Amino acid sequence: MAVDLTKEKISLIISQGSLEGIYPGLIMANGARAEGMEVNLFFTFFGLDAINKKTQEHIKVATVGNPGMHIPTLVGILPGMSGLATHMMNKKMEELDIPSIPEFVEMIHDTGAGIYACQATVDMFGLKKESFVDYVDGIITVGDFYEMAAGGHIVFT
Amino acid sequence: MTTTLANKEIEVNEEGFLVNSEDWSKEIAVEIAKQEGIELSDRHWLVIDFMRKDFQETGKSPTIRRITKNSGVDTKEMYKLFPGGPAKKAAKIAGVPKPVGCI
Repeated sequence: MAVDLTKEKISLIISQGSLEGIYPGLIMANGARAEGMEVNLFFTFFGLDAINKKTQEHIKVATVGNPGMHIPTLVGILPGMSGLATHMMNKKMEELDIPSIPEFVEMIHDTGAGIYACQATVDMFGLKKESFVDYVDGIITVGDFYEMAAGGHIVFT
Repeated sequence: MTTTLANKEIEVNEEGFLVNSEDWSKEIAVEIAKQEGIELSDRHWLVIDFMRKDFQETGKSPTIRRITKNSGVDTKEMYKLFPGGPAKKAAKIAGVPKPVGCI
């Protein structure tokens, strides 16, 4: 039980831009810091939405092409479905004391985790350092990421 | 199992958390903190007092978020005050159960 995790390191990659694509990585990262592990979060592709000032507040649940939602695709495409599902999920999470995505990423930063944006995606989408929330520690290349992650665990989400 | 804390026989679990929160005293807190390599300051006590009060009111150990929203100590400071696992260490020192839940 009493395993010392303070010498462990984990680097998580968040590559998806849906609510259900972003939260698991955030929860894992926060939990790792709570156990005393060193943590890096690397946001790539649509995952960058979680640290982009413009999109961070508007992350939604995917109701189309998501079998886990257990609703028919033709219902999932109806206007407002994604908003409704997101609203319901956010409400449930607030009850469980799980912070919203913007608050959560900032909280994870405050725990001492590193928050990084992927250089390739930033170039591809024409983003800049100013596109991101202030507490992003840097825009880094894949090589930088591997150097940072060396010797620890890497988890792709 | 039992252990000696502040010259008293106290029942603890295998991770060193008090089994009975009522057994807690300030002297015990100081001693557990010392075992964790922490010397308690006023800021630590702010967290400990909040945790005990919240546990008594809700029957649950508060999450980090609940502590930082209500105690006046923010996330950054929590990690400085209780390095290497703030929620767990603070709970142990405050004599409340190890926090359950993933956040």
